[in-house]
Amino acid sequence: MSPIVSLREVHKTFGVNPVLKGVSFEVSKGEMIAIIGASGSGKSTALRCMDRLETIDSGSIEVAGIRVDDPAVDLKQLRREVGIVFQSYNLFPHLTVAANIMLALRHVKHQTKAQARATALQVLEKVGLHAKADAYPEQLSGGQQQRVAIARSLAMAPQVMLFDEVTSALDPQLTGEVLRVMEDLAAGGMTMLLVTHEMAFARRVADRIIFMHQGKVWETGPGEMLDQPRTPELRAFLDNGL
Amino acid sequence: MTPLETGLFGNFTAVHLAYLFKSIGWTLLLSLLAFALGAVGGFGVMLARISPRRWLCGLAMVYIEGIQGIPLLILLFIVYYGLSLYGYSLPALVAAGLAMMLYVSAYLGDIWRGCIDAMPRPQWEAAECLALTRWQTLRLVIVPQALRLSLPPTVGFLVQIIKMTSLASVIGFVELTRAGQVINNTIFQPFLIFSLVGAFYFVLCYPLSRWSEAMERKLNVAHR
Repeated sequence: MSPIVSLREVHKTFGVNPVLKGVSFEVSKGEMIAIIGASGSGKSTALRCMDRLETIDSGSIEVAGIRVDDPAVDLKQLRREVGIVFQSYNLFPHLTVAANIMLALRHVKHQTKAQARATALQVLEKVGLHAKADAYPEQLSGGQQQRVAIARSLAMAPQVMLFDEVTSALDPQLTGEVLRVMEDLAAGGMTMLLVTHEMAFARRVADRIIFMHQGKVWETGPGEMLDQPRTPELRAFLDNGL
Repeated sequence: MTPLETGLFGNFTAVHLAYLFKSIGWTLLLSLLAFALGAVGGFGVMLARISPRRWLCGLAMVYIEGIQGIPLLILLFIVYYGLSLYGYSLPALVAAGLAMMLYVSAYLGDIWRGCIDAMPRPQWEAAECLALTRWQTLRLVIVPQALRLSLPPTVGFLVQIIKMTSLASVIGFVELTRAGQVINNTIFQPFLIFSLVGAFYFVLCYPLSRWSEAMERKLNVAHR
């Protein structure tokens, strides 16, 4: 089966700082990939490049059959296929939870109000926040807001979902509820790439782990690779982090 | 007759007072016209100012800087006398409305551009990632949030507009200030008349200032 995400020799420089120095990897449909690494290793940038929030200098990125690095890429099409969830939730504070989810359904997918509402309630059910449909974001805890953000992305029925350190801003108690939602998604067959610092979660749930170091894919393997790191860099990273 | 001989109100009669009252209507009409036209223009200037098209953004910047560097009085002269030179003789109300539209749209455009800029970047990003277009993002996500932020300075500027309509008196538009001048020309009691005119302006402006202040306080509390 051809990969649903593939990066080939991706280079990206911010000013004079090279952030990605030839990143290549592939992801198959239904896989859950955890990208780990120290801050500055380029993991978030790699993720953002996949949704073209950043443009790359050279190499190629293909996601769901779309050449992301093509300057003439149909961004609208790309963003319908790719969902992304951010560390800071980024819910729209002036809209209710349901309206947050319905916004793109109505204006991008042109669903009727009733259809969009039904879809919203359905995805809210999935993240366990059915009862909060008419609350405003500020009335929710951080964990609940993040689950709404996931539901909002999910409602668009993307082929690939990207998660950029989605639990980094949360208390440990709240982290658990968000991770459970992500685990359910993975079990449901969603193709997911997540940049994370939750090593235990990555080891247990991810099909594959990609360790990035200094803008390169340094080591990659199944969850167990965290128990026997092959490179001294991964060992050092794990020792510092745990 | 000196003011001492004529008493405090002298020749000032109810007819004069009624005349002043009526002229308040014209001041309000011109303010409303200037604000409404200026708001439409200002929204356009704001859109141009945040446009990713360099030339459009540059044009808006030149417009804002240009207008902000010219006194309103001169704009009034240019529109009123300048256009009549080319055969377009405008009624004073239209000329004043037009000149103030130019002026107000430059300021409101700049104020609103600031409010849009103050919206957090991630809000744009989140909307963009949901496949919303730039225009949809602006209309559905950014403007509704920026609106709250823009209300206090906008109402504050409305106060400025009301006061600035007094300049239209120089091109013969009979609003509150001009009405005061007309009365003064006949009974010459400048202190009384212009104090009264000033008080009328104050009554119009003060509630708006307080309202703007109250909204700003509320906003600051909400943002804390």
